[in-house]
Amino acid sequence: MTIYLSIILFLPGVAGMLALLVPRRLAGWTLVTGTLLTLAYTIVMLARFKIGGGMQFVTDDNWISELGIRYHLGVDGLNLFLVILTALLWVPASIAAALREWDRPRLFMMFMGLSETAVLGAFMAQDLALFVVFFDLMLVPFYFLVGMWGGEDRVYATTKLVIYTLAGSLLMLAAAVALGVMATPAGGHISFSLATLAQHPLSGGSQYWLFILFAVAFLVKAPAFPLHGWMPDAYREAPLPVILVFSAVVSKVGVYGFLRIVLPVLPQASVHFQELMLAIAVVSILYGSILAFSQDEARLVLGYSSVAQLGFIILGIFSLDPKGGQGAVMQMINHGLVTAPLFLIIGYLAIRAQGRDSLDWMGGMALRAPVLAGVFLIVALATLAMPGSANFVGELYILFGTFQSKIVYGIVASAGVVLAAVYMIRFYQRAMHNPVGPQVESRDLALGPELGVIAPLVLVILALGVYPNFLLHRINAFAPTANDRTEVSVIK
Amino acid sequence: MTTLLIAAAKAPVIDYKGISPLFAVAGGAVIVLMAALIRGRFAQRVLVPFLTVGALGAAIGLSIWNWHTGDSRPIVEGALAIDPLALGLSLLFYITGLATVAFAWRSRALRESGTGEFFGLMLGSIAGMTILGSAENLITLFVGIELLSIPLYVMCASDVRRETSLESGLKYLVIGSVGSATLLYGLALIYGATGHTGFAEINNAIGNSVNLTDPLLLTGIALAAAGLAFKASVAPFHAWTPDVYEGAPTPVTAFMAVATKTAAFAVILRFFLEALVSAQEQWAPALAALAVITIIVGNVGAIAQNSLKRMLAWSGVAQAGYMLAGVVVGTQLGLQATAFYLAMYLFMNLAAFGVVIARERVSEHGDGLKSLEGLGSASPLLAWPMTIAMLSLAGFPATAGFIGKFYLISAAVDGNWAWLGVMIVVGSMLSLVYYLRVIAVMWMTPLKIELPGRPRRARREVQPVAGWSPEADPRAQPEVLLVTLIMAAATIFFGIVPSPLFHLAHDVGTSISALFS
Repeated sequence: MTIYLSIILFLPGVAGMLALLVPRRLAGWTLVTGTLLTLAYTIVMLARFKIGGGMQFVTDDNWISELGIRYHLGVDGLNLFLVILTALLWVPASIAAALREWDRPRLFMMFMGLSETAVLGAFMAQDLALFVVFFDLMLVPFYFLVGMWGGEDRVYATTKLVIYTLAGSLLMLAAAVALGVMATPAGGHISFSLATLAQHPLSGGSQYWLFILFAVAFLVKAPAFPLHGWMPDAYREAPLPVILVFSAVVSKVGVYGFLRIVLPVLPQASVHFQELMLAIAVVSILYGSILAFSQDEARLVLGYSSVAQLGFIILGIFSLDPKGGQGAVMQMINHGLVTAPLFLIIGYLAIRAQGRDSLDWMGGMALRAPVLAGVFLIVALATLAMPGSANFVGELYILFGTFQSKIVYGIVASAGVVLAAVYMIRFYQRAMHNPVGPQVESRDLALGPELGVIAPLVLVILALGVYPNFLLHRINAFAPTANDRTEVSVIK
Repeated sequence: MTTLLIAAAKAPVIDYKGISPLFAVAGGAVIVLMAALIRGRFAQRVLVPFLTVGALGAAIGLSIWNWHTGDSRPIVEGALAIDPLALGLSLLFYITGLATVAFAWRSRALRESGTGEFFGLMLGSIAGMTILGSAENLITLFVGIELLSIPLYVMCASDVRRETSLESGLKYLVIGSVGSATLLYGLALIYGATGHTGFAEINNAIGNSVNLTDPLLLTGIALAAAGLAFKASVAPFHAWTPDVYEGAPTPVTAFMAVATKTAAFAVILRFFLEALVSAQEQWAPALAALAVITIIVGNVGAIAQNSLKRMLAWSGVAQAGYMLAGVVVGTQLGLQATAFYLAMYLFMNLAAFGVVIARERVSEHGDGLKSLEGLGSASPLLAWPMTIAMLSLAGFPATAGFIGKFYLISAAVDGNWAWLGVMIVVGSMLSLVYYLRVIAVMWMTPLKIELPGRPRRARREVQPVAGWSPEADPRAQPEVLLVTLIMAAATIFFGIVPSPLFHLAHDVGTSISALFS
């Protein structure tokens, strides 16, 4: 029992609240301080994390005993790096936010802080109801962040975003309550503890419809192919720091939910719907890659590439193979790590192209900006899973897993690896090479904040490329596996 | 002479302690009316509202004094009984009454109709609700319904020089009377079928001396359900709601939306779970169908509304559907969840209505959605309560509405009505469209309407003008703002720390012993 995770959880939220009280120009830096402190705490946590030690830093208290909701947080091999990723990526996002002028800056910083708290809560929750609370709560700050500070069509975009995602998560709310109530033995006290729910799986019939409700919620959040309708609008309209964290971190909450909740708690249904989920994953990969190739707006290239990359992650999860699961978790981290600098780069490119982030207005920047080009190239190559990057290891594991369980899907998905190269290289080429764009003012990254924000992220990418075992070692501890065709359990 | 003596000898035993809250409000109504005869600004503006608050405060105190857990205790034999269900819900009536006093204090309706008349009628209506909440008998049930409704008809029309207000009162009168007549017919048939008027006796008779499929009984139940559905604005008997809510003076709308709905659910809970619980298999599917229709109709109807009052009316219809789901379940948990939701419903709706009242007094758009444009930067103290109320009504976590829905869904699943739980969330999805629109208007539109621009120093010189006045600054209505802020704070507080209300709901759940079996 420790309050360790509670500190990490509430620190950003408190910093956000403080930002409401300080003078306007200090608001951003108050939040930055909060996110840096949070990051420092998570690094200490990483240092103290015991490999293979199961659930650690557990906090388990009654919250609403009448409904059986417990304040139960914990970190294990599955969510350790996701928590760190969250803490890490909110730092550049809040610095980028602090450097810009906003209308009503204090409110902006408060919502940024609250959103980090909500996302951290969703990653750390070990109680299904608590997970649902944070999962839904996440939407409130993003609703305001996109709706108040977004582009022209922000209200439309944010309403669409919230309705899509909340429709999914309300279904999940019903499913979660139903799961808790039905898994409780008659006369027993209702419990939403994930560990308890995993020990008492429901009968097949109820598992199936619950699975569908959960899957819809998580696939919308990702977004995966048929449920991605909110994505283009939200990506186009959201302010850059917001879409950075949304794409890099928040999109992982959904797929994380599959690993944390669906596979352990609904094992039979997971096996039953395996092929369906694999099909969705493969279609997402192909659809996302092809559309990413044909976009002219830089943000949408990343948006559709996310659809493809999350397709890979879903593929790994539903290969129901230990290797695949491990690769999926690894790929969640990798995708977050490359997406964040890519969005920062889009921001830099837009500044140099007179505020436009369309590829048509860019081009020819590499010549005068070698550092920017170098950074961009490193990140782009990591995104397309060049051998030598951690992404390569991640995708390799996912494909290994898929080949072992369902070879057909593995073969089709392999095409996605090639397609990733196609759209990323096109993106790089059109922005950095090609004839110089009409109004491009090319200059290199300034030594100050511009380089300072992105350099650490690139260093992390390079470091993990050199030593991916740092991740694999710790993720090893938890991975879903199919023992036989009827039951999927979690091995330690 | 002898008959009189016999009657006196057989006079019912009255538990004066138990009936004291009812005395407080009914007596308060009389005192308020008398006090209002005193002329002069002080009596009208201060004394009468103060007396009303005093009566309601006394009723709250007496209800808490009477609080006990467990089964009902008769106070007027066979007619009224008190139990935590009656006491708990009457607390909600009294709190709504207090909020209405604040909301109405500067309203034009109050000046038009006279302070004493307005507050006297309101207390009378609350007395009716109190009777309704503790009715143990078909006769008292009907007396309660009428005592509740008749003052409300007048209150709706209390802004006597505005046509829409009169129209609203008349509409409510006509439709309310149809509802009452239907209910009375149903009650008569139930009496005809069972031969009893007491709830407990009716319940005993059903299944024993009366066949469960007795057409007389079933017709009676159906008609009574329809009559009560009119009062609770359950679809398809909801058609009056938007019109009446829109036309009535907004403080009265707030009172109707919260207190009347709570009273209607008090009697629905008592009538179905106490008198008719043995016939649950007969009425549950029908009520479930009504709940689904209500959820869908209410939420779809609200989407197209541009008037906040109409929108809240439709949203109230939808919320009635959610609560009806709790009744359908017919278990102790369902009763608790419904009572709990009613309390949550009070907080979030009063917060929303407070903002509507504050805005319609100063905005040229009245209660239109446009009156909220740019409120986020113009007046955050009003924008936040509205935001919280909307998020809570939509069921976002960390607000009271989330816990309420969670509780209702778990009661539904627990009673093997899982699909009704899913219907509740489907309804919530639809509701996002219009609740989020309100938030978007407040926070995400540029500030188009300027508040009356005056130098800061001059602000104090503008006298707070009662009611409708473009000069009145929102800050000139501290009482409305105060109530709104309290309700919004409660919405958040009980969304995070709901345990105190769960204890109350648990006590309420012990009220009806028939559910234990």
